[in-house]
Amino acid sequence: MDAKRELVDLLLEDAREDTETMARQLGRSQDEVEEMLDELESNGSIAGYQAVVDWSKVDEDHVTAEVELNLELDRDTTYAQVAQRIAKFDEVTALHLVSGDYDFDVTVEAESMRAVSMFVSEQIAPIPEVTQTVTHFVMKTYKNRGIEFTERDDDDRLSVSP
Amino acid sequence: MKLSERARDTPPSGIRRFFELAEEMDDVISLGVGEPDFSAPWKARASAIHSLERGRTSYTTNRGMYDLRAAISEHVTRYDLDYGPEEEILVTTGASEAVDLALRAIVDPGDAVAIQSPAYISYGPGVRFSGGDPLPVSTRAENDFVLTYDDLERAGAADAEALMICYPNNPTGATATRDELAEIAEFAKEHDLMVLSDEIYAGLTYRGDHTSIATLPGMRERTIVFNGFSKAYAMTGLRLGYALGPAEAIDAMNRIHQYTMLSAPTTAQYAALEALQSCDDDVQDMRKQYDRRRRFVISRFRDMGLDCFEATGAFYAFPEAPYDDEQFAEDLLHEKGVALVPGRVFGEEGHGHLRVSYATGMSDLKEALNRIEAFIDER
Repeated sequence: MDAKRELVDLLLEDAREDTETMARQLGRSQDEVEEMLDELESNGSIAGYQAVVDWSKVDEDHVTAEVELNLELDRDTTYAQVAQRIAKFDEVTALHLVSGDYDFDVTVEAESMRAVSMFVSEQIAPIPEVTQTVTHFVMKTYKNRGIEFTERDDDDRLSVSP
Repeated sequence: MKLSERARDTPPSGIRRFFELAEEMDDVISLGVGEPDFSAPWKARASAIHSLERGRTSYTTNRGMYDLRAAISEHVTRYDLDYGPEEEILVTTGASEAVDLALRAIVDPGDAVAIQSPAYISYGPGVRFSGGDPLPVSTRAENDFVLTYDDLERAGAADAEALMICYPNNPTGATATRDELAEIAEFAKEHDLMVLSDEIYAGLTYRGDHTSIATLPGMRERTIVFNGFSKAYAMTGLRLGYALGPAEAIDAMNRIHQYTMLSAPTTAQYAALEALQSCDDDVQDMRKQYDRRRRFVISRFRDMGLDCFEATGAFYAFPEAPYDDEQFAEDLLHEKGVALVPGRVFGEEGHGHLRVSYATGMSDLKEALNRIEAFIDER
């Protein structure tokens, strides 16, 4: 497998892993790993590093909503232009152009349901190209970014076995 | 109570003592575990659940569900093995049952069975249970623990009835190339030995593809291959394995199987069928993670100054012990809370080595190796 792809796989599993350990895991030198990391970061392949947070354990008031947007574009406006405008808001944590019944899938996060509602009605809905918004509040997250939000299973294997 | 001589003469497993020591202690990081730290792929588990929900709780045919045998037949073509589901495949309760059946099917009282050593702890007792005499054949660290023609000759394996081999190997992690297997095959043919080839770790090979000795010229008719779902599919507790071999051998094994186990667990057979049909990606993902841990562990041991050959299969590293392996393992357990298994448990030839399982998450693995390094530095 391509070495950079392997490094990305490792970071997807644990972005906090130190470069020495990653170098050993990949069978490469630490310098090589650091060089690949620099390249992946500087060319934008790795856009950033974030924690996957179970908000129910950190801040009970934190609210996430998935907002469907329908758009009507004129000749001079593109999806990218509208997306750029929406993406600038701090409350928008993810934005995708999607196929199907609506155009944009927007993830909005805020400190309360009221804050999310106000944001959608006062900042998103008034955008001229937006014709419809449908807001789905997230009630509970069971899995995010490939990580299940469940109580961790204990290792119940025998401590020594054949 | 009168116990049979066979039971009385069977010593407790060397692993047992370490298990008991480790169980007495808190906060032990165990590198002594010979089973995956992953759970069985969810699709396989879901299939097992569905089979129970649908009430599929009866016996299957003695040889195992036909669909499963057909899937096994298809699956092993990836190792260039060609076995028909009708007569050449037997589904068993773990690969361990397959090994036991094969020994009982081919060994007569007093027959010698050569066993590559160091070896999985059950082979020797298995030979004794079948009435035979185990004949250890030492492999050597300088040959990366791969059996050679000379090793076999030196040990007197020419007089044995059968030879037991295991590649990729537990406890060493050694794999054998086609050329290396050809030497073993040559010896087996010259001296008319049956070969019992435990290939339970075939799916966990990190350098090149797994080669089965049964694919070498003239070997198919004298080889019984064992495999199963415990290791590559992380299904140890489901106890499902299989044997591949000439119809005559499989029939003989099935005759014993039908009076003992009757059939392998039905629920596990459904899980195994699903595993073969749709869990290849899960296996590849686990294999990839083991491979990374393997490189990490070996390089850490080498940096500690311990000689550690390049184990290329299974999930074990087999470094040399800085001093007496049993004493070292015991001291390490008591002083640093790290459990690993002294090499001698796997036979005399394992003396001076340690079996280190890397079927453990990276954070525990890192911590355990830090503790081992500190322990060595303090001495």
